[in-house]
Amino acid sequence: MDDVRKVLVIGSGPIKIAEAAEFDYSGSQALKAFKEEGIETVLVNPNVATVQTSKKFADRLYMVPITSEYAVKVIERERPDAIAIGFGGQTALTVGVELGKAGVLRKYGIGVLGTPIDGIERALSREKFRETMMAVGIPVPPSAAARTEEEALAVARRIGFPVMMRVSFNLGGRGSTVAWSEEELYRSLGRAFSQSHIHEVLIERYLHHWRELEYEVVRDSRGNSVVVACLENLDPMGVHTGESVVIAPCQTLDDYEYQEMRSSAIRVAESINLIGECNVQFARDPASYSYYAIETNPRMSRSSALASKATGYPLAYIAAKLSLGYSLDEVINKVTGTTCSCFEPSLDYVAIKMPRWDLGKFDHVDESLGSEMKSIGEVMSLGRSFEEAMQKAVRMLDIGEPGIVGGSIYESNMSMEDALNSLRARKPYWFLYAAKAFKEGASIRDVASACGVSEFFLFKIKGLVDFYEKMRGNGLDEAELIEAKRLGFSDGQIAKATGIEEDDVRRIRRKLGVMPSIKQIDTVAGEQPASTNYLYLTYNGDEDDVKPSGGLLILGAGVFRIGVSVEFDWGVVSLLEAAREFLGEAAILNNNPETVSTDWDVARLLFFDEATVERIIDIVEKGGFKEVATLVGGQLGNDVAKPLEDRGVKLLGTAGHSVDVAEDREKFSNLLDSLGLKQPEWVSASSEAAVRKFVDLVGFPVLVRPSYVISGSWMKVIHNEAELMNLIKRIRLSTARPIIISKFMEDADEAEIDGVSDGKGAIGVVLEHVDEAGIHSGDSTMTIPNRSLGVTTIDGMKRAAIMLAREIGIHGPFNLQFIVKNDDPHIIELNLRASRSMPFSSKAVGVNLIRKSMEAIVRGLPLDEFVELRSKAWAVKSPQFSWSQLRGAYPALGPEMRSTGEAAALGLSFADALLKSWLSTPPNRVPRKNGRVLIYGEGTEEAARSMARAGYEVATLRGANASGEAVGLEIDEAVNAIKEGGVELVMTSGDMHGLDYWIRRTAADLNVPLVLSSRLGRELANALELGGCTSVKEIDEYSQ
Amino acid sequence: MGCGFGAEGTRIGEVVFTTAMNGYVEALTDPSYKGQILVFSHPLMGNYGVPEPLWEDGVLLNMESEHVQVEGVVVAEETIPSKWNSRASLHEWLSEEKVPAISGIDTRMLIKKLRENGSMMGIISSNGDDEASLDWRYDEVDFTDSVSPRSTIVHGRGGNRLTVVDCGVKHGILRELVSRGFTVVRVPCKSSVDEVLAVEPQGVIFSNGPGNPNLLPGLVRTFMSIAEERLPILGICLGHQVAALAMGGRVRKMKFGHRAVNKPVVEARTGSCFVTTHNHGYGVYDDDVPPNMKVWFRNPDDGVVEGLIHEELPIFTTQFHPEARAGPRDASWIFDKFAKVVRSG
Repeated sequence: MDDVRKVLVIGSGPIKIAEAAEFDYSGSQALKAFKEEGIETVLVNPNVATVQTSKKFADRLYMVPITSEYAVKVIERERPDAIAIGFGGQTALTVGVELGKAGVLRKYGIGVLGTPIDGIERALSREKFRETMMAVGIPVPPSAAARTEEEALAVARRIGFPVMMRVSFNLGGRGSTVAWSEEELYRSLGRAFSQSHIHEVLIERYLHHWRELEYEVVRDSRGNSVVVACLENLDPMGVHTGESVVIAPCQTLDDYEYQEMRSSAIRVAESINLIGECNVQFARDPASYSYYAIETNPRMSRSSALASKATGYPLAYIAAKLSLGYSLDEVINKVTGTTCSCFEPSLDYVAIKMPRWDLGKFDHVDESLGSEMKSIGEVMSLGRSFEEAMQKAVRMLDIGEPGIVGGSIYESNMSMEDALNSLRARKPYWFLYAAKAFKEGASIRDVASACGVSEFFLFKIKGLVDFYEKMRGNGLDEAELIEAKRLGFSDGQIAKATGIEEDDVRRIRRKLGVMPSIKQIDTVAGEQPASTNYLYLTYNGDEDDVKPSGGLLILGAGVFRIGVSVEFDWGVVSLLEAAREFLGEAAILNNNPETVSTDWDVARLLFFDEATVERIIDIVEKGGFKEVATLVGGQLGNDVAKPLEDRGVKLLGTAGHSVDVAEDREKFSNLLDSLGLKQPEWVSASSEAAVRKFVDLVGFPVLVRPSYVISGSWMKVIHNEAELMNLIKRIRLSTARPIIISKFMEDADEAEIDGVSDGKGAIGVVLEHVDEAGIHSGDSTMTIPNRSLGVTTIDGMKRAAIMLAREIGIHGPFNLQFIVKNDDPHIIELNLRASRSMPFSSKAVGVNLIRKSMEAIVRGLPLDEFVELRSKAWAVKSPQFSWSQLRGAYPALGPEMRSTGEAAALGLSFADALLKSWLSTPPNRVPRKNGRVLIYGEGTEEAARSMARAGYEVATLRGANASGEAVGLEIDEAVNAIKEGGVELVMTSGDMHGLDYWIRRTAADLNVPLVLSSRLGRELANALELGGCTSVKEIDEYSQ
Repeated sequence: MGCGFGAEGTRIGEVVFTTAMNGYVEALTDPSYKGQILVFSHPLMGNYGVPEPLWEDGVLLNMESEHVQVEGVVVAEETIPSKWNSRASLHEWLSEEKVPAISGIDTRMLIKKLRENGSMMGIISSNGDDEASLDWRYDEVDFTDSVSPRSTIVHGRGGNRLTVVDCGVKHGILRELVSRGFTVVRVPCKSSVDEVLAVEPQGVIFSNGPGNPNLLPGLVRTFMSIAEERLPILGICLGHQVAALAMGGRVRKMKFGHRAVNKPVVEARTGSCFVTTHNHGYGVYDDDVPPNMKVWFRNPDDGVVEGLIHEELPIFTTQFHPEARAGPRDASWIFDKFAKVVRSG
């Protein structure tokens, strides 16, 4: 494709469960690869928090919804000659296929880079995939459709039990049952047929406890193919690969098995005319040579991002080059710098991916893992033993577990049977229950039959339990200390087992010279010298590959979780670039394989390792780092900052004791009082009596939360006595673990300042929440500039910001949150680090606040006041929720954060920006003309009237604040209407789970847009009433 | 210093490394590793144990020869296996086969040393007081005798006959030939031309094997004579090197060789790239290519000539292993090509 001059790259939009930051990584690499060729790039992606939407990545950027409708508008304006749809997940692929089918690509003469559309369709359609596989002689699981009970039984007999029965065309993919015998199948057939709209079931061989393996194939337009990685899922078939613990390279396959599937994977790639990268999934019988191909994803995927980070092979970059017509042997392996890309990486370490779930944040959610993804983030650990990598990975998850053994589940009074039952129920973090089961006496076989994990790995987990228990009994001698470290035990685990202090373990370890080695990832297992410094630390080594001599070490945000996502990675990359500008090269420490910050060409030194205090100190000491930046590290940075400073590590920016003043409620409150700044009344209570005393004084409602948290874990608004009693029962109050209770201001506004200070002057951006106060700021729709806040309020906020910046001595970024009642701003929180909203505020005003932070720290700001940065256009940010993936969870907003991502838009008016931003977060869409919308709940009356005026048929719920003159439906009627597709939109407010659980749940399951706050509903209705028009412009055009 | 496993005792060999991440059963039984101590770069070895040998037509299906051929094994970790078809652990198997091994080694460090200084002689010993002396060098010893059969062995019952000049042939090569319907006659490496041609073969294969090809003038002469018969010849690995020498080219010792299953070779004529299995410490470079032969394959990274094709005679050679075992099967079409030439001849 020599004639490509301008390429349209489709992104994946906001972060949602199953479509996360891995596409920021793949999109960024593709953009770099195209740019290198002198090709102009146009990016469509409304995810404002990403690195790829930063200035230098794409030549032109459209922050508009990723739908074919908007893509056509962009195409009309930009007239690209090619489109790249393989770097934005399923979202981009779907839009690409739609554009192809609708004839848009043909009409505008746009070529598809990479795999052709018909190949993509063969891969994506279940039926076509089966046909294609059978045509090329690759085995697929036997299955057949049946329309009668007799037919179903006959099919099952032919296939052999156990079988999996799926209901055909049942929305939401539920209604699948496993039957182990004819009787069992017969019993469930009646219900299954009744659930299917077309009275059909699909009977399929059930691959109970089969192994799941993935091959990542790269293929060029000349037909050369390589397999970059084989990933082995530890969890068996039936658990989504995004929910599985995954190891690379695969460990339990012999050469015959490995090569048999490798050859098949390449045949799959050939059969879909792959050009670029695909992932092929296989199921393999653990007790014979049988295997089946399950599916293929003809695009960059979560697994390919993992394969890329696990091997060092820059898959997305190479896929982009191949899509331009290069052959594999023409593209240089950038890691060695001397060899070509036509090879298969060899690993002299193991890489383990482990998912992180946040299901505890959701009420009523179904916790068992299955074929759909629920995890929110993942980590990757590197080690030269399985045990080392596994224990590192558990610590990287940052769930409070110190490793495989020694944590809260391990030390609980859970019985062996309970642990085995948790394994059978597929609860998240099976490895912790496996360790517990072993501790309580379970055999390898017991655990293997409960969870389906290969005994090879279970032997090793049991080995850790045995070692830990021995260590607990006998202590350690020097050889055993070395062995413990080689098995991945942290100083903390060793301290706990042997009854000494963690710092003493470190002292002993250092005295004996027991330190980890720094090893390089080079894609060729040491055969060639590497030109990049992609590093990890291991105790299973005797030599450092490199001796870094470092200045600044930037701590990444680690695992993504609710509240910490790609926005912090944007901060990490921004800080690195700023460091390069103001200080010279810096190193990054991170362990999240989805990120851009862990890409091969971002930092000159990348430590892909744990971000525990122990490991950070190891790295600082070995690498001679002078300073550590924790300020873009989200919750992780927060947690390690003080312990690091206490151990003599110098932190970049605001001093640790200043951070402490802002984080400690007591100190902060006293400071606000002394400065005469207002705050809601509050108390720190460590007993039930203290709680009661405060509530008696201020009355309900009150807001309750623990100290030192991000994303509002455990935050709740308590409205009455019953809720208060319930809460006190759930948390154990103590002086060590007090809770903060504050007066909750009803019907108030919320606003924030994202700012930067040098302790003298400050600059910042004012953000106003569209939603009412009480909704977590991460779940709120935000606008820049402010709309309803008056000048006096803004002045009050700015004054507060500069006073605090000087008083505390803020050097670097900060985020100050206010609740505004009667024009009076009350301070609710000050965070002295990069905030979640900073990519949004930075991009809205055109000033990178993280770069500015580095400038403030290094050079100071030439200011002695607060200067507000204002945007030239309207900018609105909307939260992205993943309700449909979180089966059973009740969709509602509150002080605890529940969104998984965000999108933003610029607009010529507030309505323009709001609507576009909202439409950028699936499944939101404009209701069809004259369609029916369901509006109910407190404060929704105005929205109902607007929607009626806009020409919609408004229905409401009987008994729940009837909205205007709308038709009142009973709950059942409403639920049925949603199920039948007769509801275009549900707008409601507050929390009424006793009443409307099934309405919200059904809407979520069927991807009907849900608006959960009355103010947002009102504004959206208003925008629709105004005509629902949106502008499509390149972002720079908005500021002209 | 590491932890001994496998057999007790002391062995000497040239220390070489492989970057293959599995397939240790095939590697350790590969006769080309005779005289060498093999270092595995991947840290976990032994995961799927060792299977019962499976035979078909007298050819092994899951091993490359009947015995462990390496002198010693170096790994980072020797694991407890778990596999449905495993009969023994790596430790048990090496004990039976009387081969010593060592674990707990920073194999990456060792490999970097070999990469920088080139392959070197080494001693693996389970008892430090056992005096071993490095009184020989790998390059100076002819190992082919010790891995070549004593007498003729016949496999398969096909209409066409092939003779394999067996310098330690991998059973993978035999399998590829037998499965294509040939009767395969293995003759000892030191056979005379008459012995090679005794069964009136329609084609001859010069197999892989251990050691320095420059020490095998007899074999080179045999090759020359058979080439003159205009019989189709396939040379694999050592066979490729012998062909280069026989046709007037050169073979040189490489610094640390190619031992891997991930190596690209580019077919000169088509530009197609294949990922292949390599196990060679000697190589033919561009300057060494004999007259009348042209480069068939080349490694795009270091330029090593990975295959030759004769301009007039039906002689094909590959430095890599088209039979793979262990490794990718992407180049098995080479046997198809050879079979076609044999049948049409």
